[in-house]
Amino acid sequence: MKSLKFLLLLLITFGLIYLLNTKQGKIPPFGKFLNPFTGFWQNAENHRFSDGVCRLPGLRDEATVVYDERLVPHIFAKNDEDLYYLQGYITARHRLFQMEISTYAAAGRLTEIAGEAALDNDRLMRRTGMVYAAEKAYEFIEQDTLSRNLILAYCRGVNEHIRSLSPKDYPIEYKLLDFAPEEWKPIKVALLLKHMANMLAVFDYDIENTNFITRYGTELFQKLYPEFIADEDPIIPKGTVWNFTPVRDTANSLPHTSGTESAARTTTISYTHCQNPGNSTQYFTGYIPSSWQKPDEITGSNNWAVSGSKTATGKPILCNDPHLRLTLPSIWYEMHLVSPGMNVYGATLPGAPAVISGFNDSIAWGVTNAGRDVRDYARVSKEQYNRASVRKEIYKIRGGKEFTEEVRYTEFGPVVFDDNYGSDPGKKFLAMRWTAHLPSNEFKTFYLLNRGKNYNDYLQALNYFTCPAQNFVFASHDGDIAIKQQGRFPIMTKRNAFIQNEQEAIPWKTFIPYEHNPHIKNPARGFVSSANQHPTDLTYPYYYPGVGQYENYRNRRINRLLSQAEKTDAAAMMKLQNDNYNLHASEALPVLLTLLDTASLTPSQLNILHTLQQWNYYNDPHQTAPVYFEIWWQTLRNLLWDETQQQPQPMKQPSFYVTVSLLRSDSTMPFYDNLQTPARETRKDIVNMSFRAIEDSIKSPYFTEVSELSSTEKTYIKKDKSVKDWGSYKATKISHLIPGLDAFSALNVYCGGNRGIVNATSTTAGPSWRMIVDFGEKKAHVIIPGGQSGNPGSRFYDNGVNVWARGEYFIAHTSNDLQKLSSVKLFSVTYQPK
Amino acid sequence: MRNILISIISIAALSAALQLLLPWWSIALAAFAIAYLRMLSLPAAFTAGFLAIFLLWSGYAAWLSIANEHILAARVARLLPLGGSVWALLLLTGAVGGITAGLSALCGAYARRLYGS
Repeated sequence: MKSLKFLLLLLITFGLIYLLNTKQGKIPPFGKFLNPFTGFWQNAENHRFSDGVCRLPGLRDEATVVYDERLVPHIFAKNDEDLYYLQGYITARHRLFQMEISTYAAAGRLTEIAGEAALDNDRLMRRTGMVYAAEKAYEFIEQDTLSRNLILAYCRGVNEHIRSLSPKDYPIEYKLLDFAPEEWKPIKVALLLKHMANMLAVFDYDIENTNFITRYGTELFQKLYPEFIADEDPIIPKGTVWNFTPVRDTANSLPHTSGTESAARTTTISYTHCQNPGNSTQYFTGYIPSSWQKPDEITGSNNWAVSGSKTATGKPILCNDPHLRLTLPSIWYEMHLVSPGMNVYGATLPGAPAVISGFNDSIAWGVTNAGRDVRDYARVSKEQYNRASVRKEIYKIRGGKEFTEEVRYTEFGPVVFDDNYGSDPGKKFLAMRWTAHLPSNEFKTFYLLNRGKNYNDYLQALNYFTCPAQNFVFASHDGDIAIKQQGRFPIMTKRNAFIQNEQEAIPWKTFIPYEHNPHIKNPARGFVSSANQHPTDLTYPYYYPGVGQYENYRNRRINRLLSQAEKTDAAAMMKLQNDNYNLHASEALPVLLTLLDTASLTPSQLNILHTLQQWNYYNDPHQTAPVYFEIWWQTLRNLLWDETQQQPQPMKQPSFYVTVSLLRSDSTMPFYDNLQTPARETRKDIVNMSFRAIEDSIKSPYFTEVSELSSTEKTYIKKDKSVKDWGSYKATKISHLIPGLDAFSALNVYCGGNRGIVNATSTTAGPSWRMIVDFGEKKAHVIIPGGQSGNPGSRFYDNGVNVWARGEYFIAHTSNDLQKLSSVKLFSVTYQPK
Repeated sequence: MRNILISIISIAALSAALQLLLPWWSIALAAFAIAYLRMLSLPAAFTAGFLAIFLLWSGYAAWLSIANEHILAARVARLLPLGGSVWALLLLTGAVGGITAGLSALCGAYARRLYGS
């Protein structure tokens, strides 16, 4: 009897220990996680810093790392291999989890950490050929000895850090999710670049376009998604002459085009496979995973360079702010890299060597997304499908299970949707091709830019850049400014904007030569700029699909202000990067107000109206009018374009610009009808309906919820509990990389701006790095919406958030003299070879 | 009483030493061994095991957290969710370790009764 009791007791004890040692669903293993010897308490940094000496195997020479007061590392190495070795080592020290999770996501391996729930997304990554693309890229990189050696050095650095860790040292996220870091293989560097390419490939609407044109026909398609608009303000100024003869695509001579490609754009459009509107067999009605659906908060970016003729010092100023989903740890990691012949500073991508957006003593550069459609889709026949090569994908699911599938690779590309995934059984196999599948070595571009001395070096560096196509802005100490859209662009025709039929789907053979990519140097207007708008006007001799995905507001606002600028300086550039003028509202609101029936308004509705009438169109955080306008506009837009939201055929909502134009000039369009009601609504009806929604929304529980949240988040928010201002209503959120982990996120960050505004800070996306390089003052101003440390237990995790939200900057310390850095030094470490 | 006090100190010291090398559950080994060796009564064993690790874990955690100005503890206390209370998190930490060690010590004392000669 006693033995039985003892056994029972033992069983309970063992059971308890087992439970406390095992992750239960989302609950971390409590014993492992809470114990102060190896659990999360070990991640509570004590912030005591002192200089040190450290021996590292794999280092060839002595090197020094100075951390400044913001924990920005300044790496001084005596050769390039040591430099990249230390870049890898230091980055891993501060950002290991972020590096790891990004590559797991890109490689479609999240199931290994998160279990079955991640399978859908993982399959999408594999089926779109992300791993295939990374493998191809790395094979190509390996052929370049220099790139290979430096990438290997970087990986050795990362691995040296990983080797030095015992479980108690793992970043807290590993302890929460209960997994361990794995070896950093060179393929991961390629995977990270493909991850970026995937994040930035949000501008292809082939499936949506096909569904629309099939349902509503060519005429309406052209009306709702025009390729060019009246106010177009392209990157290369209108009227620029193209001094080259375009190459022709011999493999792809199309029956429906005649003469030059640009002629094809301007003459009557003939969409070959869209002759039968309403013919439902053309729809792509398959299930599209949520991660494949386009986010409403389209990410974009700004960059510009002002020539010395327009600045106070007579030297250029270059600015860049890439807008991405706002995350903690920050997407970017600031670094200063010094080796013989190089002194570069800027934003690095944790997990990949070199500086991505930055400057050195001679030049500065920055990037925005080109937004060109670089993905094609083709229906695949059963025969093609059966002929295709097979790639076996194995998914290891946490807990020991495995899921295996075969992905077919046709001559066109991987079959993303078939009987097994997303598509209607037995129908419509859809293959995708993407310029990210082409072999490339983007690292080389950044390697060369980091060392660039002048305009020619910049052009040379860009020739290695394939995908994701970017607008590279440039300025040099010599006084040159330039911008070039760089990427590998297949020669395209109109049908590339749609799903192609099997017989039309010809493999890409001819690409636009890099020297024909849109570029301009030292233009007469004294500045260059890009904000994801059309790269060119209609005279550009190559066709590219441009059906409504390009920016129409930030570019015009930036160009307007830069045109007016005289004797400008860094302070004016800061003001411009943080400009909250809502150009879209300034064009839309007058139209809406003329359509509003004011006679029937209640007193509180009249108050709303007066606030809107007095608005100066700035989305500043303390203003109320932007809240009213946002609710009005979004409600109206959803009422108007409800026809495009009918499942299961996803379509794209027409752009803001087109919507405003139609509201202004078209009183009879059938789309004004609201499908939810039996009545047939008119333009006036939906404008008035949506206006009344403003009052209802303010009264809705959502508003109270926001106000309660505000009161608990003391650091980032305004103390005022009122949410009637834009900053509180928008409630910008900088989310931790693990979805739903609010405790590690910055909530309710109080700031202005919105999508389509130069300060493109919406609720979830915004400027992920602001940089201003002033060659005259020899100063650079930088800020990231977070901090240098990836550890939520560090005070350097989010110390930049408030500074960023206020539109302020830090000065970058860029001296290549160790002594000069001593005044800003937090601590330094001397690394010696072992 | 003196026996309990010595046991508490021994369990805490042995646990701290073992945890430098072994996973967290080595506290169970320490508690079991000390309870067995010191021939504690059943209630005394549980008390000694619980108190030893409760104090060791919450004490060490508090020491680490004070140096961190509770930045991390406050975040984790919102995550778990304990309403952001660092005190509650320290109590929970102590209790998780304490109960594990208390039960293990109980096993140790029981084993001594059954099989100890």
